Amino acid sequence: MASGLLDPPASTIEQEYRWTLNFGPQHPATHTTLRIVLEIEGEKVLNARPEIGYLHSGFEKIGEHLNYNQYVTVTDRMNYISPLANNIAWHHAVESLLGIDVPPRCQYIRTILFELARISDHLLSNGACALDTGAFTAFLYAFNQREVLYQVFETLCGARFTTSYTRVGGLMYDATPKFIEQVRQFVKNFPKVHADICRLLNRNRIFVERTKGIGVLTKEEAINRSATGPIARASGVTRDLRKDTPYLAYADFDFNVVCSTAGDCFHRYLVRMDEMLESVKIIEQALENLPPGPFNVPMADRTVLPDKTRVYNTIEGLITHFEVVMTNRGFQTPRDECYTAVEAPNGELGFYLASDGSETAYRARCRPPSFIHFAMFPHLIRGHLVSDIVAVLGSLNIIAAELDR
Amino acid sequence: MDPQALQTALKARFGEVAWQYSESPRGQRRLVVPAGQLESYLSFLKTQCGFDLLIDVTCVDYLHYRGARDRFGLVYILGPSTSGERLVVRCYLNEPDLTVRSAVPLWEGANWLEREVYDMFGIVFEGHPDLRRVLMPEEFAGFPLRKDYPLRGRGERHNFERITRNQS
Amino acid sequence: MDVSVPENVVVTRLDSLASWCRKNSLWPMPFATACCGIELMATGASKHDIARFGAEVFRFSPRQCDLMIVAGRVVMKMLPVLQRIWLQMPEPKWCISMGACASTGGVFDTYCVVQGIDRFIPVDMYVPGCPPRPEQLIQAVIDLQDKIQREGTLMGAEFLTEARQQPKRALLDIATASNSPRPQPLPILPNVGV
Repeated sequence: MASGLLDPPASTIEQEYRWTLNFGPQHPATHTTLRIVLEIEGEKVLNARPEIGYLHSGFEKIGEHLNYNQYVTVTDRMNYISPLANNIAWHHAVESLLGIDVPPRCQYIRTILFELARISDHLLSNGACALDTGAFTAFLYAFNQREVLYQVFETLCGARFTTSYTRVGGLMYDATPKFIEQVRQFVKNFPKVHADICRLLNRNRIFVERTKGIGVLTKEEAINRSATGPIARASGVTRDLRKDTPYLAYADFDFNVVCSTAGDCFHRYLVRMDEMLESVKIIEQALENLPPGPFNVPMADRTVLPDKTRVYNTIEGLITHFEVVMTNRGFQTPRDECYTAVEAPNGELGFYLASDGSETAYRARCRPPSFIHFAMFPHLIRGHLVSDIVAVLGSLNIIAAELDR
Repeated sequence: MDPQALQTALKARFGEVAWQYSESPRGQRRLVVPAGQLESYLSFLKTQCGFDLLIDVTCVDYLHYRGARDRFGLVYILGPSTSGERLVVRCYLNEPDLTVRSAVPLWEGANWLEREVYDMFGIVFEGHPDLRRVLMPEEFAGFPLRKDYPLRGRGERHNFERITRNQS
Repeated sequence: MDVSVPENVVVTRLDSLASWCRKNSLWPMPFATACCGIELMATGASKHDIARFGAEVFRFSPRQCDLMIVAGRVVMKMLPVLQRIWLQMPEPKWCISMGACASTGGVFDTYCVVQGIDRFIPVDMYVPGCPPRPEQLIQAVIDLQDKIQREGTLMGAEFLTEARQQPKRALLDIATASNSPRPQPLPILPNVGV
């Protein structure tokens, strides 16, 4: 048997154990549509090559064809697990381009909604991360709370999650007492459920062992790879736009920025869990201090549609209504470009708007946190096992519609 | 870094005429730099001025923009990792020379962002390790976010075979 | 000739029996791409609980499924995947197109979104809404069950009828525009906007 023909050269033996494994684009653990081509040796991942674009729907191109108010419907479908955050981010950017300051009541309502959106996002991302790593119960607990939040949103704007609630210079409707009552109820009950989920997961041996030390991102790498949001904060980058450049009403509230230094999947989970409690704190303070008064900018500004009673009963209201809806007579925009970002649940969600003076954006670029976070996936997974892929994906919270737009 | 110190540092390094600094009424800070030197500006801003976090890379096609002199405006948005300020660095590109030096050696995070700009606008980043299309299929021709590309495409979206009930 | 049958005997046709079995044990393949996928998850989760209609066994392998629920928009890059998964599912199989995007393209009338999956694969049930509420999806499952019971046969002959081969509504404008009195499809609109 010692014939030289049968002895394979040393390099071939090594290659024999190397596999190329295709993961996605339709796979339960991806939750969304993305594809990863893995190079594995046994169970160890040597390299990963992500392929995206399986949900690229041309959001930015649509943004050049819909006006500033219409485009909010498209932002709903961008990060579809926290649509209100996108609505607010979009109109916050438009208002900062136009130089509009919304009234305090609007700012407070938007802040409450933004934090509710953050809770619903973190519930799903943590729930799904737990689901993928084998803890089904926590997912159901989280989803139950999301159903409660859906009902709150439905009371507010009539849709479960494609809300389209904001408008340039204000909101679609004012918050009703019933909505406020429901939010009160939610923040009262939520800490208990939060504690339940923590009890299910924080010391759950399977969950902890599958996430601790997996997908470590150091602080330097987080900065070098443009990480933002909970992922950067779990790695020790103490940045939060709510504190750094306080927008909406965040300057009025007392809350902490949750950080960690470990930078692994487990700490990303912990940061998200604790952020939810901070959000509850913000919502409670905002509800206590919710200012009365108008929720839209004054009618004379000619940016928002006036109240229906004024349209039907006063001539000024009628004229304003028609001027706002007519093309060429709507609000004036400066010929300017502007980048405005907010701290979305997933990271820094910014819009780079270029305006040419018409009521449609000339260019509506969205800075998608998921896209930037997914780019570092090969780096995070290298050297780990195949089963760790789902833990890393879950902790990065990749939303395909935001990833591909 | 405060605007005065930034301008002084830029003057000391690049002279006075090559770049323009401006600030909008809402506090947006912009820096227009020559396309040929983009990389050295970015490197200087990163290492000397503390803008060590790359926020975004994007591009604007000024084809139908009234009064625009250049075709493309390439935008890098930078920020320091110690505060929330943002600096928009912009350079202009014209056909046929749509090439700039890549920023991937400076920031790993620029990798996919530049690929997306290449995919959508056809701007070539020299020195990029992996310049392929990222969102559109490999075989796609055309650059969708250019203004001369129609919103509804050129029929690519329906260029597929159809499966009837019998075949399946 | 009198035949006496005991009371606990049910007489039926084999076709009906097969359809009855099939309709009450649909195994969905969740082809969830976008926002509708979240509502699909909500339909499967505790409050709405699609298990009440026997369709809770979500299987992610197309080989084990007989109902494909396409939830969300399908884009150029995804369509070949969708077709391949559809071909991999064993007969008999049905398809629910969930939401406006899967049915018609919805708000995404852009260069890369397929304007209705029924242009490329056969669809049995459309669910309107953007996204549809879980109740609507459950209604679609019930309607599909009715359809299966009404026209299902043991050997799947209903899939081979001429009517089932016809292109769906959305297809008419491309496939039959040339040889029918229908108006020509609209040309692709020029770049409006700016």
